[in-house]
Amino acid sequence: MDKTRRKVVGAAGATVVAAAMPAPVFAQANPIKIGMSMPQTGGLGGGGQAALVALRMWVDDVNGRGGLLGRRVEFTAYDDQSNPANTPGIYSKLLDVDKVDLLIAPYATVPTAPIMPLVKQRGKLLMGNFSFQVNADVKHDMWFNNAPWNDSEGWSKGFVEAGVAAGAKSIAVVASDQDFAQNLADGVRAYIAKLKLNKVYDQNYPPTTKDFSTIIRAVRASKAEMVFIASYPPDSAGIVNAIHEIGVGDQVRVLGGGMVGLGFTPIMINLGSKLNGILNFNTYVPGMKMPGVDDFFRRYSERAKAQKVDELGFYLPPFNYAIGQMLEQAIKATNSIEDRRLADYLRKNEMQTIVGPVRFDAGGERANQRIITAQFRGVKDKDQEQFRSPDRQIVIFPPADKSGDLIAPYEKAQKS
Amino acid sequence: MRFWIACLAVVLAATGLVMSGVNEYLFFAGFVVLQAVVLATAWNILGGYAGYVNFGVPAFVGAGAYSALVVHMSLEAPLIVQILAAALISGTLGFLVGVISVRLRGIFFSIATVALVFILETVVINWRYVGGATGLQLTRPGEGWPFDSYTRMLFWVMVIMAVAAIAIARYIQDSHIGRGLRALRDSEEAAECTGVPTLRLKLIACAVSGALLGAAGAPMPMYLSYIEPYSSFNLVYAVSALAMPIIGGMSHWVGPLIGALLLASIQQLVTVTISSELNVLVVGVLLVFFVIAAPDGIVGLYRKWKASSK
Amino acid sequence: MAFSFDLLLEAIIFGLLLGCFYAAVSIGLSIAFGLLDVPHVAHPAVLILGSYGVYLLGQYGVDPILAGLMLTPFFFLFGAALYRMYYETFEKRGNSAAVSGLAFFFGIAFIIEVLLVVAFGVDQRSAEAAYIGGSLKIDDLRIPYRLLVAFGVALFLTITLTVYLSKTFTGRAIKAVGQDEAALRLMGADPVRIKQFAFGLATAVNALAGAMLIIVAPVEPTMDRIYIGRTFCVVVLAGLGSMSGTLAAALILGVTESIVLMFFGASWAPAVAFGLLLVVLAVRPKGLFGR
Repeated sequence: MDKTRRKVVGAAGATVVAAAMPAPVFAQANPIKIGMSMPQTGGLGGGGQAALVALRMWVDDVNGRGGLLGRRVEFTAYDDQSNPANTPGIYSKLLDVDKVDLLIAPYATVPTAPIMPLVKQRGKLLMGNFSFQVNADVKHDMWFNNAPWNDSEGWSKGFVEAGVAAGAKSIAVVASDQDFAQNLADGVRAYIAKLKLNKVYDQNYPPTTKDFSTIIRAVRASKAEMVFIASYPPDSAGIVNAIHEIGVGDQVRVLGGGMVGLGFTPIMINLGSKLNGILNFNTYVPGMKMPGVDDFFRRYSERAKAQKVDELGFYLPPFNYAIGQMLEQAIKATNSIEDRRLADYLRKNEMQTIVGPVRFDAGGERANQRIITAQFRGVKDKDQEQFRSPDRQIVIFPPADKSGDLIAPYEKAQKS
Repeated sequence: MRFWIACLAVVLAATGLVMSGVNEYLFFAGFVVLQAVVLATAWNILGGYAGYVNFGVPAFVGAGAYSALVVHMSLEAPLIVQILAAALISGTLGFLVGVISVRLRGIFFSIATVALVFILETVVINWRYVGGATGLQLTRPGEGWPFDSYTRMLFWVMVIMAVAAIAIARYIQDSHIGRGLRALRDSEEAAECTGVPTLRLKLIACAVSGALLGAAGAPMPMYLSYIEPYSSFNLVYAVSALAMPIIGGMSHWVGPLIGALLLASIQQLVTVTISSELNVLVVGVLLVFFVIAAPDGIVGLYRKWKASSK
Repeated sequence: MAFSFDLLLEAIIFGLLLGCFYAAVSIGLSIAFGLLDVPHVAHPAVLILGSYGVYLLGQYGVDPILAGLMLTPFFFLFGAALYRMYYETFEKRGNSAAVSGLAFFFGIAFIIEVLLVVAFGVDQRSAEAAYIGGSLKIDDLRIPYRLLVAFGVALFLTITLTVYLSKTFTGRAIKAVGQDEAALRLMGADPVRIKQFAFGLATAVNALAGAMLIIVAPVEPTMDRIYIGRTFCVVVLAGLGSMSGTLAAALILGVTESIVLMFFGASWAPAVAFGLLLVVLAVRPKGLFGR
C-alpha cells in the first residue's frame, strides 16, 4: 500500500526534477553501466532507500556534466530485501544478464558478505558500501570499503574510553549473530581483554529475534557497568524498547556502541525520547565540517521529500554520493573503466569528496578513519527537524570533532 | 534400453552445451532447475509411491549442504566426496525418519518432518565451526576442469545427478519395492496383512529419498561461495518439492521431471524478469490449482486424454 | 548463564504469560484440527494475516484489540468459505485425497505469506497502544504491560470457548461431529453445516489472536513458519479433542521456552516448540488429555 503510492509519487517527483534539468548531450552512444543491489526493504531498507536517492543524484549530476569519458552513465539497482541469500543471484544476473561494467556493493555487511568470493573470482572491482571487515577472510585486492571506519578498536575506542573514564570496570556484550555484529563484537572482545576489563555478560542472539526482554533482563542481572551492543536496525529498535520496558539498572555508565539504525531518520523519529542517553557511533552529525556537504543536503532533501524517503539523510547519503565521486575521479584520471586500473588508482591516491578526503589501506578499508561517538540528548518525540540541530547528538570522540562532555551514568543521561 | 539411450543422449547434449559459448547465467539458473528435478524425483519416491508426505525436505537439503561443507573444510575433499558424504548423512537421517514412521502416520508424520527442519536449523545456528547464524564465505576452486568455469562444472554434475535420480526412481517404481510401496500407500493395514514387509520398504524409500535430497544440497556451498542456515533450511524447498510432483503427477517417475522442469523454469524466468518474491507465489498458486483441479497431475491429464481419445 | 532463583522466577512468570498467549493462538487449531480433523497447516498463516489486518486498522488509529474484534466477522466468513472449498474438493472424495488435503493447506499458507510480502513488504510491523512499552514494577521484577494485556485477553478467549463448546448445543455438536458424524445426523444436525460453522469460528478466533500477536511482538510475513511448531506442539501435547488441555499444554510450552531462553540463550529458543512436539509424538502421541 505505502510502497505503490510512494513509487508513484516518487516517479512523479523524479520526473519533475528531471524535467527541470537541461537535456545533456553525449559524445558517444554506448553507456557505462553501473549496477548494484540495494536493500530497499527489510531491516536495512530505511537506510538503503536514502542511499539510493543519493546515488541516483550523483548519476544525474554526472550525466548533466556530459557523462563519464563522454558516455552516459546507466545505473541499475535491484532490491535484495536485506537478505544475504538474494545477493549472489542478483550479482550474477548483473554480470551475465545485464552485463554491467562496474559494481557497487549493497549497503551494509550482511548483504555484501556473500558476494565477496564471487567478485574476487570474476576479477571485478567492488566499491564497498558501509560494510565492516567483510574482506578480512576473502582478501580481495579490488575492494574499497566506503565507510568512515577501519577496525573494531577504532570503532569502539570512543565508547570504551568514555565508559572507563566514567568509572566502569565491567562490561556486557550483546551482539546479533550475523557478519557485521560478529565482526565488530569479536574485535571489541579482543580490545576489552587487552584493557583487562571484566566481561560479565556476553550473548549472541539470532538475527530473527524480536523480543529482547529476556536478554535485557539478563544484562540487568549481570550488573554490568558498560553495555556494548552490536545490532541491526530492527533489533536496535527492539532493544531500545526493551531497555525502556525492563530497565538495565542504575549502575550502567554507558550503553550503545554499535547499534546500526539509530542513525536512520525514521527510527530516530519513532524512538524519540527513548534515544536519550545512548552513546552510539555515527558517521555524520550536524556541526561537523565537511566541504560541500551542506549544499549536498539541500539538494538531497528536495529529492528525498518528493520520493517520501528520509528527508534529513544524515547517515548514509553523503557517503553514497562520495562513492560516485570517487568512481568519477578514478575513471577520469585513468581514462578507462577497467577494474584493475581503477583499483590501482583508488589504492594509491587520496580523493576529495563531500565527506572529506578519503584514503584506502592495503585491505581496502579507510586509512583515515573519522567515526564519531556521540550521545543522544534532549530528543523529543515525533519531531524530525530537531535533529538538524547539533545539540541533539553531542560528539564526545574524536577530539577533533568533540562538541561536549559525556553525561553518565546512563540513567541520568536518559532524562537529559 | 530406450531409457538408457535417452539418458546417454541427455548427458552428451549437456556436455556439448557446457562446452559451448552460451551465456554463463544459463548455467547459474540451469543448476537450480536441475536441482529441482532431483528434489522432486527424490520426494516422490516417498511421497508419490508410498504416500508419506515429507514436509521436511529442507532438513535433508540443509543437512546435505552442511555435510559437504564440513567435509570440505576439514578434509579439503573434492566435490564428489562432498556429495557422497552428504548422501550418506542425509540417507541416515532419512532412515531415522523412516523409523519414526512406524508410530506416526498421515499429518503427524508430516508435522514431525517439519519439526526436523527447525531443529536442525537451530543446531547449525549454534555451531560456530560452520558459521552459526552468520554463515561462511567460501572460496571455490578457480577452474572447473575440464570445463571453462566452476559454475559450468556444477551444472554438468547436476545433470548427472538428475539422470541418476530418475534412473533410481524408475528402478524403484518398476521393481517389487515399488509394488510394495503402492500397496502400502493404498492401505497400510491391508498390505501388512498380505505379508508385504511394510517397515523394510518404508525404510528403503525414506533412506533413498533422503540420500538423494542430501546429494542435491551438497553442491550448494560451492555454487554460491557462501552458506548460511536460513536459506539452506528454507521452507520454500518444501513447497517446491511438494508442488512439482503434484503438478507433474505422482504415480510415474516422469511426473516429477515434468513438474520440476516446468515449475523451476517458470520460477527462474519470473526471478529474472519480475521479482524473486513472485516466484513463490507461482509455486503456491499452481500447487493449489492442481491439487483442486487435477490431482493426478499432468501425467494424469495425459492418461485421461489418451483414454478418452481411443 | 548464571543460575539464580530470581531469574528462574522471572522466567516462569514470563513463561506463564507467554503460555496463555500461545493458548489463544492455538485454540483455533484445536478446533480445526483437534476436533474436525482438518490438516490445517495454514492456521498460523491466517493468524499472521489477522495481525496484519490489525496493523492496517492501526494505521487509522484503531486500538489493536478493538481492531481484532472488528475483524472477527470477516475472518469467520473467510474460514467458512475455506472449509467449504476444502470439503467440496477433498473430504468428499475420501481418503485417497489425504496428500492433496495437506498439500492444499500448505499451498494456501504460502500464498498468504507471499501476498503479505507483496502488500506490506518484508519489514517488521508493530502495533501502537498506550499499554505497549511500559511495564509493571514489583521490586526488581519487571512485567511488560503488553504481556499482561495479551494474557488477559487470551485467558478470556480460551475460557469462553471452552465453556461454549461444552455447554451450548452448537458447541457440543461441534465436539460431537469429530467423534461420531452418523449419530449427529440422527439427532437432526447437519454435520457439514456444523463443521463449516466450527471452522469459521476457529478462523474468527484467529483475528483476535492475531491482534495479540502484534501486541506482544513485531510481526513479519514469514512468522507463520515457526508458529506451525508452536501451535501444533500445543494441540498435540494437549491431545486432539481436548479444549481445556490446550491451556495446560500451552502453559507448559510457554514456561519451557522461557526457561530455555533465559538459561541457554536466544539461539536455542526456536527449537523448543518443535523439540517438545517430537518428544510428545515419540513418547505419548495421544497427548496429555487426548481422546
